[in-house]
Amino acid sequence: MILRKLLIGAAWLLLAPFAHAALTIEIVGSGANQIPISVVPFAGESALPQGITAVIAADLQRSGLFKIVDAAGVKPEPHELAEVNYPDWRTRGADALAIGSVLSRPDGKLEVRFRLLDAVKQAQLDAYSYVIDRTLVRATAHKIADLIYEKLTGDVGVFSTRIAYIVKSGPRYELQVADADGYGAQTVLASKEPIISPSWSPDGTKLAYVSFERKKPIIYVQSLVSGQRQVLAQFKGNNSAPAWSPDGKQLAIVLTKEGSSQIYLINADGSGVKRVSYSSGIDTEPSFSPDGTSIIFTSDRGGSPQIYRMSVSGSGAQRLTFEGNYNVSPHFSPDGKSFTFIQRVSGSSFHVALQDLASGQMQLLTDTRMDESPSFAPNGKMLLYATEIGGRGILAAVSSDGRVKQRLSTQAGDVREPEWGPLLKNQ
Amino acid sequence: MKKILFSTLLVSLLAGCAGQDVKDQPKAAVEDRTATQAGADTKPAGQQTVAANPLKDPNNILSKRSVYYDFDKSDVKDEYKPMVEAHAKYLTGNKAAKVAVQGNCDERGSREYNIALGNRRADSVRKVMNVMGASDSQIEVISFGEEKPRTTCHDESCWKENRRSDIVYQGE
Repeated sequence: MILRKLLIGAAWLLLAPFAHAALTIEIVGSGANQIPISVVPFAGESALPQGITAVIAADLQRSGLFKIVDAAGVKPEPHELAEVNYPDWRTRGADALAIGSVLSRPDGKLEVRFRLLDAVKQAQLDAYSYVIDRTLVRATAHKIADLIYEKLTGDVGVFSTRIAYIVKSGPRYELQVADADGYGAQTVLASKEPIISPSWSPDGTKLAYVSFERKKPIIYVQSLVSGQRQVLAQFKGNNSAPAWSPDGKQLAIVLTKEGSSQIYLINADGSGVKRVSYSSGIDTEPSFSPDGTSIIFTSDRGGSPQIYRMSVSGSGAQRLTFEGNYNVSPHFSPDGKSFTFIQRVSGSSFHVALQDLASGQMQLLTDTRMDESPSFAPNGKMLLYATEIGGRGILAAVSSDGRVKQRLSTQAGDVREPEWGPLLKNQ
Repeated sequence: MKKILFSTLLVSLLAGCAGQDVKDQPKAAVEDRTATQAGADTKPAGQQTVAANPLKDPNNILSKRSVYYDFDKSDVKDEYKPMVEAHAKYLTGNKAAKVAVQGNCDERGSREYNIALGNRRADSVRKVMNVMGASDSQIEVISFGEEKPRTTCHDESCWKENRRSDIVYQGE
């Protein structure tokens, strides 16, 4: 078992005046098969205020699917194809090699060149060159890590994505958005009253959330581009549990205006509210299937909270979970073939579970005890959730096979209610 | 949608005190801290002096505001019914009065499911009030779920305190 602690983020405290604490990421466990790769420091990189290859290596390592082979002591360090001595790298155990360079251009921009090499076949797998603004060094490093991940694992990389979560410090609640590696946290809303249930719009430009600032749960939608927000739903009673439809035109929400908690659809501009679930019990926590045709949700219509599925029009509700007497907080996987949820295993032990829709087979993924709010990375390979260590709320991530585990915590405060954001179209 | 502004003072009793000596509980820390008040404050027009306000009189059952629940339960236990019914009577006799019934849960489990559970608890109070003739137009049922715990330790001594509905009058 690898236990590695990456302390990151001292620098961005200066850059993000509204954020209070860096997320620290701790990796526990590793994938079954790790690809040994060496990320050779790029030529010219040392002149930058922040590195590129360290970010790339940290991304790959955090996924649990790569073993970083140390490049120290290789002389000269290769930066171009002609400089690579493949047998050297095979001796060090590297199957793959990333090399490159950073050039300062006369116009003030940077040119980043990068090659991915197969050390076994002694062949180039990929080559890219980017001309970037100096503020985009980290973003470019994440892009390169995504390319490496995709080329070597066959899955989409999610290192360029963002996460949303709530930090509670004393009486203060903050809705924050950060890069998937915890860097660049920005507060998008601060309040003295609770904020829960942030939900990303499919295009990653907006967050829906529930705020108690008017003494009851009301749903807002806020633009991450302009910072402007509008009330989505403030009907009599409670307004909560927003979930976007895959086309971003509608949200499923939970209202109590007719008595018990029931699921409604509402247009993204707050118009056209329409009830879709009809039970005498509690129906809540809706999550759309990726094809937009069905909704999974929590209901206690059968006597205990369980996960159900219904068509988006509300018809044909079917119970999906049968093990245990407390199954809540379902989220569809990005491929629509499975869903994650929280299962209470004993009196006060709550774990992230994963269930295959076709076979009904269920697997518990975590050994943490107070798990809440699981959501998938957009490639379906990792799940982000909230849990508690030593009485403090932290974020954690686990791979969908349960092998790779990460913990993300701040120096102060409770972190909770995470949701992993979508892949962005322009990447 | 009307906005209901509730103030800070929430006079209520400790769990288990129902039917016993009435005593004041300190201001509930979970309530709004932005306003401060000490009993006398803005009141709906036509109300009497503070001393005669039955809602604030510690010797009046109307000064009791909290209903407590068993784990995962939402039914109003018999011991709280006289108090809830007294509030219902007050509402039927004071048509201008409005209340919010605020449901709460202990910290265990899903935050959103707890919003729904807190709603069910508060709704059970509304139903008892309805039976006594109080109109739905005077009652808003809302839930804080597990978000506003009155006590914050992580065992049953706190949890039972947080499985609770509070009756809060508009303007308080």
